[in-house]
Amino acid sequence: MKNNNVNINKENPLISIRGLTKSFGEMDVLKGVDIDVYQGENLVVLGRSGTGKSVLIKIISGLLLPDQGTVMVLGKNVPELKGKDLIDLRLKVGFSFQNSALYDSMTVRENLEFPLVRNFRKLTKAEVNTSVEEVLDAVGLSQTINQMPSELSGGQRKRIGIARTLILKPEIMLYDEPTAGLDPITCLDINGLINEVQEKYRTTSIIITHDLTCAKATGDRIAMLLEGQFQREGTFDEVFETDDIRIKPFYDYNFTDI
Amino acid sequence: MSSPNGNLNPKTRKYFISRRVDSIFISLHDVYQFIIRFFKEAALPPYELKELSRQCYEVGYRSLPLISLTGFITGFVFTNQSRPSLSEFGATSWLPSLISIAVVRALAPLVTALIAAGKVGSNMGAELGSMKVTEQIDAMEVSATNPFKFLVVTRVMATTFMIPLLVVYTAMVGLLGSYLSVHANEQTSWPAFFTQVFESISFLDLFSTMIKSTIFGFTIGLVGCYQGYNSSKGTEGVGRAANSAVVAAMFLIFIEEIIIVQIVNAIRIA
Repeated sequence: MKNNNVNINKENPLISIRGLTKSFGEMDVLKGVDIDVYQGENLVVLGRSGTGKSVLIKIISGLLLPDQGTVMVLGKNVPELKGKDLIDLRLKVGFSFQNSALYDSMTVRENLEFPLVRNFRKLTKAEVNTSVEEVLDAVGLSQTINQMPSELSGGQRKRIGIARTLILKPEIMLYDEPTAGLDPITCLDINGLINEVQEKYRTTSIIITHDLTCAKATGDRIAMLLEGQFQREGTFDEVFETDDIRIKPFYDYNFTDI
Repeated sequence: MSSPNGNLNPKTRKYFISRRVDSIFISLHDVYQFIIRFFKEAALPPYELKELSRQCYEVGYRSLPLISLTGFITGFVFTNQSRPSLSEFGATSWLPSLISIAVVRALAPLVTALIAAGKVGSNMGAELGSMKVTEQIDAMEVSATNPFKFLVVTRVMATTFMIPLLVVYTAMVGLLGSYLSVHANEQTSWPAFFTQVFESISFLDLFSTMIKSTIFGFTIGLVGCYQGYNSSKGTEGVGRAANSAVVAAMFLIFIEEIIIVQIVNAIRIA
């Protein structure tokens, strides 16, 4: 169960989504999504593969445009943002990709420097170095600074991916399947890191996953995305206190003795 | 243009003329937008000079071994193949003039461009395609940086700058290959060979070759980047992007060669 010390401000939703729809051709993926994510909160979005979980956070970060609906992030409607306004918002919204998306041709140091030197061109070399060392220390991988991404393990790649977003000191973190493809011990490490980030950087996060251990360990609130809409919300126990056959198998698969 | 909001399903999508004809116009529109965006991004600061110099190194220096070999063989073999025809008329002394005109006007730009299309264009298509598939381009975008400026502008500028230099180098190596053949068979001296070479080449030849090479370089970079940057998801898309980059670039190079030759010939006659 999650037990870190965080302060959630339930009167201040940093992300507020209303009537969000998104289709790809004939396939309606999101069919009227409504949700608020409060300041300081870790919201876990659970759901089966292909239900639009990743589409949701790609819309929040402005990578995809919705068909309808409003996506208010830090007081701004993302689909209406362009140019400098969108860049300013993206500086405050970190995105950790499922496959880490590290730049293959760059070392870990260059990966971390990349967003920093391009967004803050007046920083001195010493200031950049300090920031790089700080975030590497935060994810516990200082020794990898000169390694290439191909030389890292899956868990290390995830951590460096998170470090690359943290270097811009975002207010919001979006995690896309942070524990996918990792062994159970590394999953626990990543869960711990997500909670550390929430506490240390005071981030508001959306964690997309279908790993219930991750959901239980990191989520202050769980939202179940089924058939294009959020069907259940609440704490971990509240969401799974149900006989709904669309939800129960998630719990049974992870926690029931075989 | 395929907007994120557009209906992409080929079964339900409505077409103006037919699916195939529409897709040609949509592709042309996409290419037009890509070119316009390139010039806009290239003109506006900040400039990615470090990445540009790295790309120039990749395109120019890394192509030298292949270009050297091909250029030398082209000059040497073309001289050997031309000799029997000229010797029938007792005109082998014209070999340096013939070879220099052929190498400078056509062989060096074409050979260099075709090799670069195969080596550099496919590399760009595959590299950017792979970055697209593994969400590295999205990662740049969400970290508030401009992937187009960093990836596309630098690569297209690198090919535009470096291909003309490579063409000059190919011409020099080709003429060296030709000289060795002429020297071995006709015992022509180095000064005699190159005096005849430079007397045969006009300013218009050099000027048109440089303009042509610049256009070829721009084409190779643009096509490679366009195919990679717009590749569909999946490993199949990466392969297709690399392949399309080569085929489309080669096709366009031949079309451009024909057009430029016609223009230059018209100027020469006038």
